[in-house]
Amino acid sequence: MTNNSVTLDHGSGGLASQNLISDLFLKYLTSPALSQLEDCAVLDECTCRIALSTDSYVVDPLFFPGGDIGELAINGTINDLAMRGARPIALSLALIIEEGFSLELLEDIIRSIARASTAADVAVVTGDTKVVPKGKADGIFINTSGIGTVSHLHNISGTQAKPGDAVISSGTLADHGITIMARQAGIDISGDIQSDTQPLHQLVAAILEQAQDGVHVMRDPTRGGVASTLCEIAQASKVDIILEEELLPIRPAVRVACELVGLDPLYLANEGKCLVICDPQQAETIVSTMRRLDAGRDAAIIGRVAAGDRGRVSLTTTIGGTRLLEPLTGEPLPRIC
Amino acid sequence: MKCADEFKSRDITTPLLRELAHSLRRPVRIMEVCGTHTMSIFRHGIRSLLPEGITLLSGPGCPVCVTPASQIDAFIAAAGLPDVTVATFGDLIRVPGSRGSLATARAEGARVEIVYSPMDALNLAQQEPERKVVFPAIGFETTAPAIAATILQAERLGLDNFFIIAAAKTMPSPLEVLMSDPELKVDGLLCPGHVSAIIGARAYQPLADRYQLSCAVAGFEPADILAGLLSLVRQINQKTPGVDNCYTRAVPEQGNPRALQLIETVFAQEDSEWRGLGVIPESGLRLRADYRRFDAMTALPITVKPVTEPKGCRCGEILKGQLLPPACPLYKKRCTPLHPIGPCMVSTEGTCAAYYRYSE
Repeated sequence: MTNNSVTLDHGSGGLASQNLISDLFLKYLTSPALSQLEDCAVLDECTCRIALSTDSYVVDPLFFPGGDIGELAINGTINDLAMRGARPIALSLALIIEEGFSLELLEDIIRSIARASTAADVAVVTGDTKVVPKGKADGIFINTSGIGTVSHLHNISGTQAKPGDAVISSGTLADHGITIMARQAGIDISGDIQSDTQPLHQLVAAILEQAQDGVHVMRDPTRGGVASTLCEIAQASKVDIILEEELLPIRPAVRVACELVGLDPLYLANEGKCLVICDPQQAETIVSTMRRLDAGRDAAIIGRVAAGDRGRVSLTTTIGGTRLLEPLTGEPLPRIC
Repeated sequence: MKCADEFKSRDITTPLLRELAHSLRRPVRIMEVCGTHTMSIFRHGIRSLLPEGITLLSGPGCPVCVTPASQIDAFIAAAGLPDVTVATFGDLIRVPGSRGSLATARAEGARVEIVYSPMDALNLAQQEPERKVVFPAIGFETTAPAIAATILQAERLGLDNFFIIAAAKTMPSPLEVLMSDPELKVDGLLCPGHVSAIIGARAYQPLADRYQLSCAVAGFEPADILAGLLSLVRQINQKTPGVDNCYTRAVPEQGNPRALQLIETVFAQEDSEWRGLGVIPESGLRLRADYRRFDAMTALPITVKPVTEPKGCRCGEILKGQLLPPACPLYKKRCTPLHPIGPCMVSTEGTCAAYYRYSE
């Protein structure tokens, strides 16, 4: 055991825990609510509609082109709140750390969490740390929960897609998924392939300002990708969804990488994109609103909702063929031989 | 690096489709031999665009699908040995043997790593000299040269902790078996692009001659596949069966002599069991005596019990193109992509999985 790694003492609740909290966590995470170190944070937010979401983050590698597990943990939960039209107001942060984990890496992760939280203007207000014996976890696992407030004016939900609606993607697809798969595979793919992790709540706020009741569904297509996410929506709303392959925004480098390792970009994770299903009359306005913001600069209409009660999602291919998109089965596996 | 976008363009495919519809004079049954063709046909929705009268049958060219359960059991048994890491293509992870898969073995604590080439497996063996790394060597002539090159490299490095389970198979012998089956009515073969780049377009000439069978070697983009189908329809119309190489940008007439030499150096042909097709003479690759020490089946205590194919599973007939997946009693009932029973459901390019995923 060295001074450079996390020990079981750090999770004991004793002096080492206190030191870790005061010397590392509070050094970077500075919200008044958190620094009181109470059992819970009390927030002065008073509203009758509250959104609450939680997500756990386990990623290998912990650091990847375009981001790291810390940034992912902040942006991911903020995005889950934003997808219901909520304005995120606070986050919790819980760490499960494997004994022996490098303190230097932990500091890098906490610094990244602080940076992401500051950039998104959503504070971490309460937290917890546990250390488990070596071999009982893989480095570090992070859970964040978030709360937000939701306006009474809209009812955004996966059940609200209507025939005729437009389907919009806020940007390019599969960037995060292919970055992680390539790293795991040790494949060095040149080109600008990096994770797209970013918070989307400001983009969502801008969209809702422009098109208050025109937005019917918002979802961030994380694990399972765009195809699986749209399948869920189509089933929940009892409609069919038709995508146009030609309209899908996919970076050329990502497309080539996917072809190389036999993966389908429609099934790979995104960590900074949202799908918006909206009134077709407002689709162009929403796309141009998105494009004015960095988080939505590659926004595009990618398909439409059609009548149908079987919840089917299909793709009109570049050659005009029809391909049915099913939800992902199991983890995406590279196809080589 | 560019994707072959022009081969996916409607500007090229629409005239090809029009010509195909125009040329078709009678219903034809065409077998696409290669799993990658099957995938591409589904991914691009090609079936939905073909004129009525063209029936596509999926052949025995998906390496995962034709690997017998006993061999999958051997991969799983290897993973269960102490200090052994099985380094495998992702394709194999979910393939069921008689009990479980490499995925379930991994969940139970076995070390199973996904690699993208046999050389990655060798690198793993170098990085972890205290462990034995076993690579399940599946595939056809496309992967065999890389496996052979890896064995030669292991030999040069003097590695004693790198092994393979030799399970690679060769073309076109299963096609010979299929075509000699009087029940199988196939008018033409869409021959595999990648394999042909190694074995050469001429490898199909004996088949064309013996069975008066139209053959077209095709690439994997939509325009490649349509051009291959058009060639087949024209050959069938004109009753001039032969081998038309429609993939000359990748496939030389003679194949790739260097790759063939690599295979020849390391491997010898042997009789091999194909899932659903039975034992086919001289259709598998075993390590030659000089390289036998890399054979995990002799170097490690891997024991496999004889297995029987699952009851009710019709993968054999589906692989032969005699049956379409919905005709199997297990299809979509007990056999689904989440709980596959037969090999055709397991691989993403297996006929049943492809049907399940993409068809109406």
